[in-house]
Amino acid sequence: MASVDTTTNAGQLLAAASGGRRRLGDRVFSRTAVLAAVTILVLLTGVAIFLLSEGFPALTASASELPEGKSFVDYVAPLAFGTVLAAALAALVAVPLAVAVALFITHVAPPRIALTLGYLVDLLAAIPSIIYGLWGIFVLGPAAVPVMKWLEEKLGFIPIFDGPASVTGRTMLVAGLVLAVMILPIVSAVAREAFAQTPRRLQEGAQALGATRWEMIRMTVLPFGRSSVISGAMLGLGRALGETMAVTIILSVSGAVTFNLISQANPSTIAANIALNFPESSGLAINALIATGLVLFAITMVTNMGARMIIARQNQE
Amino acid sequence: MESSVQTLAPEQSSRLLASGLGWRRRSVNTVMMVLIAAAFVLAMIPLFSLVFEIAKRGIPGLSAEFFTEDARGAIGGAGGASHAIMGTLIITAVATVISVPIGIMAAIYLNEYGTGRLRRALTFFVDVMTGIPSIVAGLFAYALFEIFLGPGIRLGVMGSVALSLLMIPIVIRSAEEVLKIVPDHLREAAYALGTPKWKTITKIVLPTAFAGLVTGVMIAIARIVGETAPLLVTTGVVDSMNTDPFNGRMQNLAVYAYNEYRSPGVMKQASYDKAWAAALTLIAIVMILNIAARLVYRRYKTEIR
Repeated sequence: MASVDTTTNAGQLLAAASGGRRRLGDRVFSRTAVLAAVTILVLLTGVAIFLLSEGFPALTASASELPEGKSFVDYVAPLAFGTVLAAALAALVAVPLAVAVALFITHVAPPRIALTLGYLVDLLAAIPSIIYGLWGIFVLGPAAVPVMKWLEEKLGFIPIFDGPASVTGRTMLVAGLVLAVMILPIVSAVAREAFAQTPRRLQEGAQALGATRWEMIRMTVLPFGRSSVISGAMLGLGRALGETMAVTIILSVSGAVTFNLISQANPSTIAANIALNFPESSGLAINALIATGLVLFAITMVTNMGARMIIARQNQE
Repeated sequence: MESSVQTLAPEQSSRLLASGLGWRRRSVNTVMMVLIAAAFVLAMIPLFSLVFEIAKRGIPGLSAEFFTEDARGAIGGAGGASHAIMGTLIITAVATVISVPIGIMAAIYLNEYGTGRLRRALTFFVDVMTGIPSIVAGLFAYALFEIFLGPGIRLGVMGSVALSLLMIPIVIRSAEEVLKIVPDHLREAAYALGTPKWKTITKIVLPTAFAGLVTGVMIAIARIVGETAPLLVTTGVVDSMNTDPFNGRMQNLAVYAYNEYRSPGVMKQASYDKAWAAALTLIAIVMILNIAARLVYRRYKTEIR
C-alpha cells in the first residue's frame, strides 16, 4: 500500500517536474510553426502592399510623364494583349499534345517503360527558361523560317499567316511554340494523374464488351479525366502568362497589336517588357513597369484560381 | 454527363456488342494509337534537340578560364564566368537558408498543428504563391529594398529574397506530402510513451520523413537555380567577382548567359559560345541536383510498414 503510494507520488512528481518543461518545449515549437505560417501570410501581404505602393504613382501620373507618352491603360493594353495571345497560342498547341502524351504513358505504352517515359517528359520541366530562350532563338527560330515562308505563301489568306514572314524567326509563332514545350510537362502531369486513376472496372467493362483500346479510352478514360485536363490546361496557361525569358529573347517586338503570328512586328508581353526595360529604367518608368507587373499578377492569379476551383470541385464529387 | 463517368451508357454498350470488330473500328483504333504515339515522339523532339544543342554549342565555350577567371576588363572573347558561377552558388545558398526553415516549419504547422482559419488561409496563400510569375517575385524584392535603401538598388541578397518567394511554396508542398505519409501509429506510439508533441515531431516524424524532405529541398533548389527574370531586376549585371550578398551587384549564370547573348562583344561568336557554356553549366547543376535527389531518396528512405 505504502509502496503504491510512493510510486503514485513519484509519478505525480515526475509528471509535474517534466510537465513544466514539456509544456515549455511544446509551446516554443508550436509557436515557431505558427510563426512560419504567419511569416508567409505577412510576406504575401507585403508583396501586395509594396507592389501597390510602388505601382501607384504610375496610375495617377499624367500621360506625358510616363514612358512612350501614353496613359497607363494605353501603355499596358497592348502588352496584356501580347501576353494573352502568346499564352493562348501555347495552350492551344500544348494541351492536345499533352493529353496525347499522358494517354500514351498511361494507356498505350508498355507499363514496364511507362515510368521512364514519365521521367523524360518531366525533364522538360527541369530545363531553365533561359535555355529555352537560347534554343528558340538559335535553333527553333531559324528552323521555322522556311515553314513560315511557306505558310505565308500558301495560307496567307488567313489573317494569322498574313506575313510578311520574318526572316529571323523571332515571331509570335516561334515564341508560342517554345512556351508550349515549356508548359507541356505541367499539363501532361495533371492529365496523367487523372487518367491513371480511371476505375479499372470501367476500362475492363468496356473491353469485355469488345471495345478497341481507342474506344475504351474515348468512352472511359477521357470522360473521367476531362475536368483534370481543363484544370491542368489552366495551370499551364497561368505558367505561360508569366513566363519571361523565353519570350524576351525570342520575340522581336514593335508594340503592334496584331494576330499576325509570323511577321517581324509583334506585341510584347508584360513580363518580357519588364525584363527588357527594367534594367535601364529609372523614376516613373520603374513605377509604370511595377504597375504592369501587378496587372500580370492579377491575370495569372485569376487563371490559377479558376484551375484550383475546378480541382476543388472535382475532389468533392 | 456524369453518368458517362460512372458507367458506360446503355446505348454505348449495346452498340459495342452489336457492331462486331469491323474493319472500320479496327482502323480507327490503329490510326488513333499511331497518332498518340506520334504525339509522344513529337513532344520528345524538343527535349533531344535541347540536350544535343546545349552539348554541341556549350562545349566549345568551356575552358579552364571559364571556371577560374571573372570578366573584369576582358575584351575580345577573353575572360571567364567564375564570378557568375560563384554568384549563382551564393544567391541560391542564401535563398535556401531563408526558404527551408520557413517552408518546413510551415509544412509542420499545416500537417501537425494547423486548424481552422489560419490553416485554410495558409493553404490558400501557398496556392497563390505557386502561381506568382517569377518576374513579379523579382519586382517585389526590388520594391521591398527600394523603400528602405533608395531607388536603383541592386544586391545579391535581393535576388535571394525574390527566389525565396518562388522556393517556399515548392518546399512546403513537397514537405507536406512526405509528412502526410508518416503513419499516425508512429505518433500514437510516441504519445503513449508520454513523449511530448514537439519531441514526437523532432525525434519521430522528421527522422522518418528525412529522405523525402531532403529530396524535396534539392528539387526545389533545382527549380530556382536557373531562374533568370527575378535576378535580372534585383542583382544587376557586373563583370567582376563579388562574394558579399549584402554589398553591391552580383552576377549569376543565368543572367550571364542572357547578357552574353544580348550584348555580345566585338567577337560575337565568342560571346555566344560563353552563353551556351553557361547554359551547359547551369543544366549540369540542375541535372546533378535532380539525380542526387533521387539517389538520396532511394538510399535513405525509411521503410514504413
